[in-house]
Amino acid sequence: MAIQVADLTKRFGKAVAVDDISFTIADGSATALLGPNGAGKTTTLAMLLGLMTPSSGSIRVLGTDMLRHRYQVLGRMNYASPYIDLPQRLTVRENLNVYGRLYGVRNLRTRIKILTEELDLERFMERPYREMSAGQRTRVALAKALLNEPEVLLLDEPTASLDPDTADRIRGLLEAYRGRTGATLLLASHNMPEVERLCDRVMMLRSGRIVDDGTPKGLASRYGRRNLEEVFLDVARRT
Amino acid sequence: MASLIRIYAMVLRHIYLLRGSWPRVLELAYWPVMQMILWGFITQFFMGHSEWVAQAAGLLLAAVLLWDVLFRAQLGVTLPFFEELYSRNLGHLFVSPLRPWELIVSLLGISTIRTLIGVVPAALLAIPLYHYSIFTLGLPLLVFFTQLLVTGWALGLMVSGLVLRFGLGAQSLAWVAIFALAPVSGIYYPIDTLPNWLQPVALALPSAHVFEGMRAVVLGEGFHVGHFFAALVLNLVYMALGAALFMSVFGLARRRGLLLHSGE
Repeated sequence: MAIQVADLTKRFGKAVAVDDISFTIADGSATALLGPNGAGKTTTLAMLLGLMTPSSGSIRVLGTDMLRHRYQVLGRMNYASPYIDLPQRLTVRENLNVYGRLYGVRNLRTRIKILTEELDLERFMERPYREMSAGQRTRVALAKALLNEPEVLLLDEPTASLDPDTADRIRGLLEAYRGRTGATLLLASHNMPEVERLCDRVMMLRSGRIVDDGTPKGLASRYGRRNLEEVFLDVARRT
Repeated sequence: MASLIRIYAMVLRHIYLLRGSWPRVLELAYWPVMQMILWGFITQFFMGHSEWVAQAAGLLLAAVLLWDVLFRAQLGVTLPFFEELYSRNLGHLFVSPLRPWELIVSLLGISTIRTLIGVVPAALLAIPLYHYSIFTLGLPLLVFFTQLLVTGWALGLMVSGLVLRFGLGAQSLAWVAIFALAPVSGIYYPIDTLPNWLQPVALALPSAHVFEGMRAVVLGEGFHVGHFFAALVLNLVYMALGAALFMSVFGLARRRGLLLHSGE
């Protein structure tokens, strides 16, 4: 199993952001965390990455206990999110140079060249990150997230702020990356067509709990809906 | 080896920042040079009006240059750390294999580079302008420089920890904290000038021992071993406290999710 989570809880004072969730994610699979704002998706991802310590519970990634030995495995994971940024004044090339070294990437120049071609970033390599559009920044963040060819890739809204054409290319890139490397993908998204295309499993979260779990088609069928978007609305509006 | 590469990566990140902005580099050197010019004229004035200053022309100039070492060393830790907060970059940094202690070591390296860029031009300009070379202090200069660098680092880590805890609203601490030490560090006057009740406070600061030691050397009294060891021990204590505070706040930041939400 790529990810094993047991009895995971995160409290902030009296508020419970993640409420005693347990799940496993198989090697090489693509799973989506779906849920309305405040459902606990980003908090769950942050705990899986070691950015946030859980109030209780356990997390194993690639067989390693993330609460005790996260540094053994962080080099085999990566993350992209529109909610955190890269150094604003550094150029794209400089940012990728820095992060490539942080992840101990071998043949860094070649790796950067390949990624920037795939993500159509060559024209922007000498441009400071702060001067880029939101969509361009998302692509740079993805380039950073793929630098170390992660075995486990966590993505928070990976195509937010992208135009439909670029978003489609990114999804194609993620599919190809998974197909080529057998990487495990876990993504939080509000984009249902994206989830239906990329993921073979969906976990629905509401108020910090997993309220349903299944394949996109299986969930639609179980709820008697045409697609995942209608399932999402059902779950989000349920009291 | 992997640790060294990560530390280098973080130093490189700030070298890129300096390389990409010559006004930043100029600003680093600007204030120490201005301070030196100001205190150079004050020295020239006091040479004819103060018996104490007349004993040694370098008394005030050495003091102002060493004070800038302390000030720049502290800012050299805090400002690069603030850069990560301004950039909302901590989340990316700490999902990478970068350890918090590696970030600390890289900040100390960056601080050393920024301090040298700031203070060396002022020290060199003092030679043609006022016919005073701080380098005539010899080996003790290296000791004073290192001791003040470490004191600045310790303060920088404490301030960085507090800003991580309380947010960028507390960033003015970077300037406030160091100036709170200035009156009791005896930069321009001996510690026995202070009221009796304040002298123990001064002697609990490594900087006070360094400036006392500096005056002893400038006035030809030789290198004061007692002040050297006092500063050394105090620096070890302050550095341990600074690192412990930073690491403790880092742990708190992970519990509270501050690494994900840090920024302006």
